[in-house]
Amino acid sequence: MHPSVLEVRNLRTHFVNDEGQALRAVDGISFSIPRGRTLALVGESGCGKSVTSYSILRLVQKPGRIVEGQVLLRPRQGGEIDLAALRDDDERLYDVRGGKVSMIFQEPMTALSPVHTIGDQIMEAILLHQPVGREAARRTGIDMLRKVGMSSPERRFDQFPHELSGGMRQRVVIAMALVCRPELLIADEPTTALDVTIQAQILALIKSLQVEIGCSVLLITHDLGVVAQVADEVAVMYLGRIVEQGSVRAILRQPRHPYTQGLLRSLPSLNEGRRRLSSIPGTVPSLTSIPPGCPFHPRCAFAQPGRCDVGAAPVARSLEPERWVACVRAEEIAVGQEGKEVG
Amino acid sequence: MNPSYPPLSGNAAPTALPETVMLSVEGLTKHFPIWSRGFVRRQVGTIRAVDDVSFQLLRGETLGLVGESGSGKTTAARAILRALSPSSGRVLFRTTTGVVDLAQLPERSLKGLRQEMQMIFQDPYSSLNPRMTVAQIVGEPLVIHRLARGAELEDRVVEILRKVGLKAEHRERYPHAFSGGQRQRIGIARALILRPAFIVADEAVSALDVSVQAQVLNLLKDLQEEFRLTYLFVAHNLDVVKHFCDRVAVMYAGRLVEIAPTRELFQRPLHPYTQALLAAVPWPDPDRKMNVAVAGEIPDPSRLPTGCAFHPRCPDCFERCRSERPLLLPATSPTPRSVACLKE
Repeated sequence: MHPSVLEVRNLRTHFVNDEGQALRAVDGISFSIPRGRTLALVGESGCGKSVTSYSILRLVQKPGRIVEGQVLLRPRQGGEIDLAALRDDDERLYDVRGGKVSMIFQEPMTALSPVHTIGDQIMEAILLHQPVGREAARRTGIDMLRKVGMSSPERRFDQFPHELSGGMRQRVVIAMALVCRPELLIADEPTTALDVTIQAQILALIKSLQVEIGCSVLLITHDLGVVAQVADEVAVMYLGRIVEQGSVRAILRQPRHPYTQGLLRSLPSLNEGRRRLSSIPGTVPSLTSIPPGCPFHPRCAFAQPGRCDVGAAPVARSLEPERWVACVRAEEIAVGQEGKEVG
Repeated sequence: MNPSYPPLSGNAAPTALPETVMLSVEGLTKHFPIWSRGFVRRQVGTIRAVDDVSFQLLRGETLGLVGESGSGKTTAARAILRALSPSSGRVLFRTTTGVVDLAQLPERSLKGLRQEMQMIFQDPYSSLNPRMTVAQIVGEPLVIHRLARGAELEDRVVEILRKVGLKAEHRERYPHAFSGGQRQRIGIARALILRPAFIVADEAVSALDVSVQAQVLNLLKDLQEEFRLTYLFVAHNLDVVKHFCDRVAVMYAGRLVEIAPTRELFQRPLHPYTQALLAAVPWPDPDRKMNVAVAGEIPDPSRLPTGCAFHPRCPDCFERCRSERPLLLPATSPTPRSVACLKE
């Protein structure tokens, strides 16, 4: 069995705006997710992390389009499917979505139908993907509700989503996503709308079900705290590209890319005792005016004229095993540490 | 330029506040009636959104008001500013001319007071009128209060825009042309142009990305120093609260369960709910794992549990907690802090 369940190679998803300009929302990213592990895709608004997850499941709507790259899914029973190469109406896509790969979203109500009972919605997933009858599907569904920690699941089964709290709805969505024992779960900001005590409950639930089912998780989040708590590996995105990738411990402890360093320094908890927070100057540029050279250079304390602001964006290089960074000055920065001392 | 406040007389006369106190909230309560449907509407229940909340805010201090959705923190903040009328309780507020009880003040007297207390909102997208230019949005308070017009108005708008890190040429643009962080700066400029002494910031940085959030927090700190502002900082992000606030008040189900200096609260939370809340924070440190310290969810505010509202979820609950409502009382501590828990 191949060690990774999913491998994304040089994926580019572009959108065309009213002026006919191509917006490079995702612009050549590559990563793979090992079986049973959790990869977090982290970044600020507009970095392309959600478009990446939609691209994997081929859910990108017009005027967006995957223009290049491969999304290789490698199911347990063998074989390899390039999801990016399938036609929109290919049967295999329906088999993958909700079967081998399922997804949960930030706002549970977008994933739940308000006019169907919770039971009907869970049973639909089972009946679509498993050769069982309604009675067996009902039993499986109730079992799953119990597993996600819902009290009196038989009663809940016949309730409608509006009768539940936000935390309970997210549990239902998780039950729906995992009832067919997928090989990959894509969780797009699964706890962002929830309060912190409920967030802890839901993250712990995802983790324990992940172990039980043996699935991999692609976690999309803006929250480096959530990354530290649940992910094994992390890829940091900025303007449609991955700027740094590696183990959670390595990236959070020793970030090598100036953007990752800036992000971590903006966190209040890592500025303990300081009156002012470090912040990254300026704002994320719009996709219509991505700077030449390294897209981060206008905000970067290490940027060097003639080196960082010209040509193509830097490619990710491996500095040490299992660790990549897309910065031409990564080695110098690592030696000099502080921005002011170097260059 | 100062408005005339109603004379401080009669039985509603507030007591004097110590010089150091900016705001004293005493027994603040806000209940919403639940009406039956149908032709004859009867009250069938009560939502106890805020229930007997008391605390003081010192001049120049930042007090964090934290709690989860439905804890009543936003309702409490709005009732303090009289954006909502409190059901009962007192809100003693130090104005430039004396102490007033905001809870008792008639509507018409409030308008003048708005110069001294302002609010910054969470959502920089819905809180700015898309049809108004930045100059109109930021200058509107001066126009409403007839404090400036013409060239003076223009000058003061430009001045405050500079203070919040925007440029003079931004003033003819519309909100859609700005990023979230810049919009929040516009909202801050509007709140500050009247030179208030007291600011309620309701989730003021919650909608912002982390790098921008840091910029806005720094700005709020700088402005606090320059204008000697007192902040009531309503927030759910404990990481931000820990950095930004001098003291923290924790709300649960409409009540204050604990109030303490920030450092002490985070080092040694006393209330079981505060303990659960802090344990659940996902710190960005792989070696500091969060805990699911508490099961269940916040109760329905129209059907609060008897006794301590937290008792059904509390790991330390004992018999008295089910029937007796704990009062917020001073705790034994070198620094002044209070907790509402029956456990010794």
